[in-house]
Amino acid sequence: MTAPMNTTFDIRITDTTLRDGSHAMSHQFTEEHVRSVVRALDDSRVEVIEVTHGDGLGGSSFNYGFSKTPELDLIKAAVDEAKAAKIAVLMLPGLGTIHDLNQAYDAGASVARIATHCTEADVSIQHFQHARKLGMETVGFLMLSHRVSPEELAVQARIMADAGCQCVYVVDSAGALILDDVSDRVSALVAELGDDAQVGFHGHQNMSFGVANSVFAVRAGAKQIDGTLMALGAGAGNSPTEVLAAAFDRLDIKTGVDIQGVMAAAEDVVKPFITRMPVMDRASIMQGYAGVYSSFLIHAERAADRYGVPAYRILEEIGKAGYVGGQEDMIVDVAVQLAAAR
Amino acid sequence: MAKKTAAIVGSGNIGTDLMFKIMRRSTNVEVKYMIGVDPASDGLARAARLGVTTSAEGVDWLLAQDELPDFVFECTSAKAHEANAPKYKAAGIHAIDLTPAAVGPYLAPVVNLNSLTDTMNVNMITCAGQATTPIVAAVSSVVPVEYAEIVASIASKSAGPGTRANVDEFTETTAKALEVVGGAKRGKAIIIINPVEPPMMMRNTIYCMIPAEAAVAGATQDAIRTAIDAAAESIRDYVPGYALRLEPQFDQARDDWGGFGRVGIWVQVAGAADYLPEYAGNLDIITAAATRTADLLSDKIDAARATAPANS
Repeated sequence: MTAPMNTTFDIRITDTTLRDGSHAMSHQFTEEHVRSVVRALDDSRVEVIEVTHGDGLGGSSFNYGFSKTPELDLIKAAVDEAKAAKIAVLMLPGLGTIHDLNQAYDAGASVARIATHCTEADVSIQHFQHARKLGMETVGFLMLSHRVSPEELAVQARIMADAGCQCVYVVDSAGALILDDVSDRVSALVAELGDDAQVGFHGHQNMSFGVANSVFAVRAGAKQIDGTLMALGAGAGNSPTEVLAAAFDRLDIKTGVDIQGVMAAAEDVVKPFITRMPVMDRASIMQGYAGVYSSFLIHAERAADRYGVPAYRILEEIGKAGYVGGQEDMIVDVAVQLAAAR
Repeated sequence: MAKKTAAIVGSGNIGTDLMFKIMRRSTNVEVKYMIGVDPASDGLARAARLGVTTSAEGVDWLLAQDELPDFVFECTSAKAHEANAPKYKAAGIHAIDLTPAAVGPYLAPVVNLNSLTDTMNVNMITCAGQATTPIVAAVSSVVPVEYAEIVASIASKSAGPGTRANVDEFTETTAKALEVVGGAKRGKAIIIINPVEPPMMMRNTIYCMIPAEAAVAGATQDAIRTAIDAAAESIRDYVPGYALRLEPQFDQARDDWGGFGRVGIWVQVAGAADYLPEYAGNLDIITAAATRTADLLSDKIDAARATAPANS
């Protein structure tokens, strides 16, 4: 069964400023940030708004950074503020648990987005089953989708769909996919899933392809697309929601989103509180080029300061070692080894 | 003194690795029985070739034997152990539980074996629990640990179907053990499954929240380093591939850490490759800990018998 969606539109945009953007804000979002962003997105008719620690439920930790405000408080504030939009939460099995999901549901979240590395979908089965039992809409994230072939990715998407996932996303966590890389993966998932589940795409800007990749995804059959206001997100940031909305409008792909509204939300609501503008710099480009999980960026910059080795070199080594999302702890290990080798 | 006897219940990867571990490394225990449910399992076939009495007829077959084992190692599932535990107890067999059932107390042999009063059923936590609780306990022995957090990374090929289907059970059990065995006020555990080829060795990163003064150079910090080194050394006694990858990293107190400081410890566990390859240190550390537990319990049992009054 595919996700319930407004059928007057061609695709649905999910805004994840308040989740992926949490990385760029070092998880310092306040309740006021959340309320103002949700209000602006809701007024702009964005249908789904994701609110969670950057690493998902339970992400507040030494390894990923502690949340300034407990995420359940932020989720409750978002639910309270939203008039029409659904509030989504992210969870990574192995980090968050069903207990966390229950708490988010009790706080009013109605979409469960469950993320695994692109080869490990079977760890999410119990979580999809549980989310559906709660009556939540479900979305699956196959992270670092560039690491496997379209065919292998489709096999993993099938595992999620069979577990109760209603839309499987090709997630370009490293901003490493380029145009046809996206079409090929989305097409493979569409062919595999048919009417059993929709396909989505989540892009990053590390090599500047976020929006273009999203267009390719839609042309290949994707029905759900992620963005963030002002591109606020991990690495060089996400596909900007306001650019997605404008570009899709020019291509006559109907999203239902008020373009002026999201442009104003980015400019007037989000830009003033951003402490670190997303930028394609040496380190974030290296993430796209070497295929490194985008949220490693700020941790690598901190390790660079502390151990006196350049962030881009740390990220390059992380890429060679094949570390996956969640292994932020390896950054210090790599930095210390690099420092010792000098 | 004759070796004590053991039955391994469960003939999958863990049970089979454990069989080799006991045969090659145990000082006090020998494997007498291997029990499975699938007559075609590789583990049962290997056991039979090595002269172990095997059966695919489950625990009831075992308990009907004339010669019961001194120890049973449970390598099935939490649910199966919950059903089997009362039977072992009624038969007077010591149970060493490698599932997350936690019918008995959590046990890391280098930390809390001697503080347990009832050892008829002990639980080996998880692989990450065996790799990390002794380090947290070492830090706790010097300073109060407000919070301990561990990140365990294991190779995709070493994550069996049980782990994959119950990943919440794994993190919750490990987190609880950081408190109960490690002595932290609060625990959190994270597991990452990495498919990279060639497979990565098991890694564990352990973060302990410590008082600000312990995070700066000085006698307390030195005592923490010494305690961590000693814990690693005692684990290496039964897991030779257990190594600190870096010197412990001390981070000074930060406001967003509530004014506490932090010590981070980076551990690698290379397996002994008794059954699965070297990368599967996660398998190795729990079977090695179970073997060590049986050897230590065996000594305790003998000591108790030696001091018991005759004919009582």
